[in-house]
Amino acid sequence: MATNRVKDKIFLSGNEALAHGAWEVGLKVACAYPGTPSTEILETLAKFPEVDVQWSVNEKVAFEVALGAAIGGVRSLFACKHVGLNVAMDPLMTAAYTGIGAGFVVVVCDDPGMFSSQNEQDTRWVSIYAKLPMFEPSSPAEARQMVKQAFKISEQFDTPVLLRMTTRISHTKEDITIDTRSVPVQPPFQLNIQKYVMVPGNAYQRHILLEKKLQKLKTYSENSKFNCIEIADKKIGFITSSITYNYLKEQFPQASYLKLGFVYPFCDDKIRKFAKSVKKIYVVEELDPFLEEHVKTLGIKCFAKDPSFRIGELRPEFMSDIVNGKAKVEKKPDIRKPRMCSNCPHLFTFATLKKLDAIVAGDIGCYTLASLPPISALHSCVCMGAGVTFNEGLRKAFPSGKIVGVVGDSTFIHSGITGLINAVYNKAKGIIFILDNSTTAMTGGQHHPATGFTIRNKPTKKLVLEDLCRSCGADYVAVVDPKDRKKFEEIVKQRINADALSVIIARHPCPLINR
Amino acid sequence: MDNKTCNILFCGIGGQGVLKASEICGWAAIFDGYHVKKSEVHGMSQRGGSVESHLRFGNKVFSPLITAGCVDYLVSFHQDENTRMKKLLKSDGVDLVEYLGKAQAQIQDPKHLNTFLIGVLSTFLSIKEASWIKAIEKVFPGKLLSQNKEVFFKGRRMIKI
Repeated sequence: MATNRVKDKIFLSGNEALAHGAWEVGLKVACAYPGTPSTEILETLAKFPEVDVQWSVNEKVAFEVALGAAIGGVRSLFACKHVGLNVAMDPLMTAAYTGIGAGFVVVVCDDPGMFSSQNEQDTRWVSIYAKLPMFEPSSPAEARQMVKQAFKISEQFDTPVLLRMTTRISHTKEDITIDTRSVPVQPPFQLNIQKYVMVPGNAYQRHILLEKKLQKLKTYSENSKFNCIEIADKKIGFITSSITYNYLKEQFPQASYLKLGFVYPFCDDKIRKFAKSVKKIYVVEELDPFLEEHVKTLGIKCFAKDPSFRIGELRPEFMSDIVNGKAKVEKKPDIRKPRMCSNCPHLFTFATLKKLDAIVAGDIGCYTLASLPPISALHSCVCMGAGVTFNEGLRKAFPSGKIVGVVGDSTFIHSGITGLINAVYNKAKGIIFILDNSTTAMTGGQHHPATGFTIRNKPTKKLVLEDLCRSCGADYVAVVDPKDRKKFEEIVKQRINADALSVIIARHPCPLINR
Repeated sequence: MDNKTCNILFCGIGGQGVLKASEICGWAAIFDGYHVKKSEVHGMSQRGGSVESHLRFGNKVFSPLITAGCVDYLVSFHQDENTRMKKLLKSDGVDLVEYLGKAQAQIQDPKHLNTFLIGVLSTFLSIKEASWIKAIEKVFPGKLLSQNKEVFFKGRRMIKI
């Protein structure tokens, strides 16, 4: 057993509770790429020997492996952070058409307040766009209950099911009672070309079925116990979901509530019924006006938060201002910001780049912190892999610029490699630095193909980055320790003026990782 | 068992053991039969940034975050963080910062700061001593257990109950 059991209660985070719930209902396969705040879901599942768990190369790959397993007939799960789902959108959109063989749950963890992310997109919209049902838990205990239900519904309606968490729920801990594991009988794998080959003719038929499915899911939503009406004082009624429900309950314990846990398809009849039973309706939710806009389309007069509250994470002390229609008062953050560790090998790389006055296309990882003063030597960060591709793009606009790109080892494998092939093919120049600290450091030190170990710390084939870059066709590939500053600087100086595409692998292991 | 929800805020800097301290306290409350919620954010804060952990226990806890101005006990691991967080205290809330200096003077290893401060905090809460011991046993594996128990009692005995 992977948990510290106390009689029947254990102290679990939302991510851990969700993993436990999935294990309880017989999860067989789980795939993910690390990403705060979702990382601990797979790390917890890796402790259960019954589950086939993997760190995949990126989210698209993870999604496809997990979907394939589900189509094959075993319960499977894919977990990611919000921006990770963007990477997996391609298979997600069509998985709604194919449906599944055995239960398939897509867990996505949004990051309101951007504790460790580049944007605060609200993934609830994806449920409408992709035509997929969505659960939204308000606590770790509920995350466990909902994931169990999500597997059932996935099989009942032949659909992937979205389960949307937020950082606050993923990382909150709660005392939880867990159950034993029971594995459903594996359905026989059936070849079904009409269902699983999405060429236009087949996909058209599947789309017809999908629209019918959404109607049935709406009926399910109307009857779901996770969409719950609590009638108390009828003067005020809140329509809410997720963590916001808890904040409201603290501040307005006497009010009436419609708490939405199965958020899509919407339970319109229940919403109307609730609206009729209370005098004044408030829709309160974190981030985008997802519920608000829908409630308004039903012709229900409701009060909602000032648009300024769409930005950032909500907090319990905001509730009365929201209800009173006030705008958010922006406060200057007074927290101690994270910074690169004093013994971080990346510091040496950036010292050289700063000295040479390079324009640095950056990427996602610990090294993004090099954009902060006093280093201030990283000049862009948009998404995974863009350290490589922005070098190429910036050079088109600014051919004489001293431009380089930086990307981490894990990030390079995730989506830098395609950019490198593109640069070679399209004859781009410059230096791509692979900042190789031999781990996925930002998310806490997860393995990846170039460490040569699996999620369970078992040896596997090791990807050799320098060989890979050479075979992509880079004009020059060198591996240098950035802590050897003299040699490092010499090589960089030599390559920065070369009319060539160079890859410099700055390799020095992260000092936080003891293996 | 107390009916009121108890709100404890732990604050410090990444690497100081703040989260472990709230973990011990959370387990102790569970062993005493309370409903417990603890909230913090992992990730970038590990890189030397501010760390805060909210711990709430009672009969039924909704919000995992303590509302500003409702902190009953503030446990600070760093003077700067205390300065920042003390405005969140309730008017009659207890600021344990006066014990920070004493704790630092009494421990040999800075890794023991969390367990010492938990010892101090334990004297203010209505949680049984046996539950604290079980919680420490839960959180500290093997070799670290006996010294942490010792440090806990050092902190606990510094306050006269």
